[in-house]
Amino acid sequence: MNFFDWEFAWEILPRLLDASLKTIGITIAGFSIAIVLGLFLAVGRRSRHRWLSWPMTGLIEFIRSTPLLIQVYFLFFVLPNYGFNLTALQAGIIGIALHYACYTAEVYRAGLDAVPRAQWEAVTALNMKPLNAYRKVILPQALRPILPALGNYMISMLKDTPVLSAITVVEIMQRAKNIGSEHFRYLEPITMVGLFFLILSLGLAWFVRRLENRMELAR
Amino acid sequence: MNASTPAGETHNSTSRANEPELMVQFRDVSKHFGDLTVLNHLDLDVRTGEKVAIIGPSGSGKSTLLRALMTLEDIDEGVIMVDDEPLTHMPNASGNLVRANARHLRRVRGKVGMVFQSFNLFPHMSTRQNVMEAPVQVLGLSKKEARERAEELLAMVGLEDKLEHYPSQLSGGQQQRVAIARALAMRPKVMLFDEVTSALDPELCGEVLNVIRRLGDAHSLTMLMVTHQMGFAREFADRVCFFNEGRIHEQGTPDELFGSPQETRTQEFLSAVTQAS
Repeated sequence: MNFFDWEFAWEILPRLLDASLKTIGITIAGFSIAIVLGLFLAVGRRSRHRWLSWPMTGLIEFIRSTPLLIQVYFLFFVLPNYGFNLTALQAGIIGIALHYACYTAEVYRAGLDAVPRAQWEAVTALNMKPLNAYRKVILPQALRPILPALGNYMISMLKDTPVLSAITVVEIMQRAKNIGSEHFRYLEPITMVGLFFLILSLGLAWFVRRLENRMELAR
Repeated sequence: MNASTPAGETHNSTSRANEPELMVQFRDVSKHFGDLTVLNHLDLDVRTGEKVAIIGPSGSGKSTLLRALMTLEDIDEGVIMVDDEPLTHMPNASGNLVRANARHLRRVRGKVGMVFQSFNLFPHMSTRQNVMEAPVQVLGLSKKEARERAEELLAMVGLEDKLEHYPSQLSGGQQQRVAIARALAMRPKVMLFDEVTSALDPELCGEVLNVIRRLGDAHSLTMLMVTHQMGFAREFADRVCFFNEGRIHEQGTPDELFGSPQETRTQEFLSAVTQAS
């Protein structure tokens, strides 16, 4: 039987922490892109113009119906054949951002749909430009109820970053695998990676819940 | 379609010198929702400064008339003119009228303001912000100018002590008064009131109607109101239009229409309404 070797764990901790920065960085970068891109996708999908709404709907449904792993494979291994050369990290961030943009787009859509039509009529009666109307009137109302859902997708994204190890991004999971194969010991590195995700996910979830309560109170 | 009274002439502000005699014109306007015809070859002229009350059974197209004038509904046939300019259409290069594009709509729509049955205030903004927002964004007023205008208007509707309140903290009557101030802040030439007291408890109607009454006295605003308050229509309006099946069935001065309605349908409606109240 193999027991957890604390000494070994302590020895590999700095290398794992180093790689964890990349995991956190990918999550922050990816999610920042996803929440902006997702908003554009949602607004596009809701457009009255079919030339805009149909491609957006198609893209959202396509991305949501195929695995993230295949999407990042495509970006990293297939696109170079057509002259698009991305580093593993670039492909990883773009892939995960696009994937989650399509999920957040659906969250935005629900939020936007929940804003009463009457608000749009008020905005029209006051002759506001659509962009200003979105920015000042519609979005602030749409955003409040969906903040918790967006937060939960951030947690999901964090937990999906190990997928990028498949395209050689050295995030925390890839680092753990490397350590494992160097020392023929997987118990400690993999356990520690699991704990890392557990702690971060619980922390984020706690933060989201706090935010939710704040919103409840502010109402 | 010119049974209007010359009430506008009693106000003789000099600012009216350049304004046309007719502020709003509906020319053969039709609107369908599927098989349902809500506006049926409607013609309506409203003189500058005139106060027109529109009454009639529900589904007769009275709200659609206002909503078409606010460009919240497209019309299928005809033309609507505001202040001598086509609203729903615009002249193309060869001078023919074609459907208005967004830019033309935005320009002409600015002459019209609207107050809704359900207030439609922005719930995430304070009273003052609600009134300031559009003047800053659309008219390009500075924050300071907009704030002054908002405070002035909110004082006019009697809410100078509620500037920092949010809509959810106000009564229905107060919310509706904010909505009136918000629409006025855009300095429209035509104000539309779409059943503005219908969502209010009876004891709150008075404060809203008082504001509208004062507006009517103080301004040369052209006003169209859809209302179920027959008493108010009678006292306030220069002309009352009875709407039925998408067109004006009968119209006249309040005394004519309420006092001696000519058409059977009008008589039926009025007696049904007076019985109910």
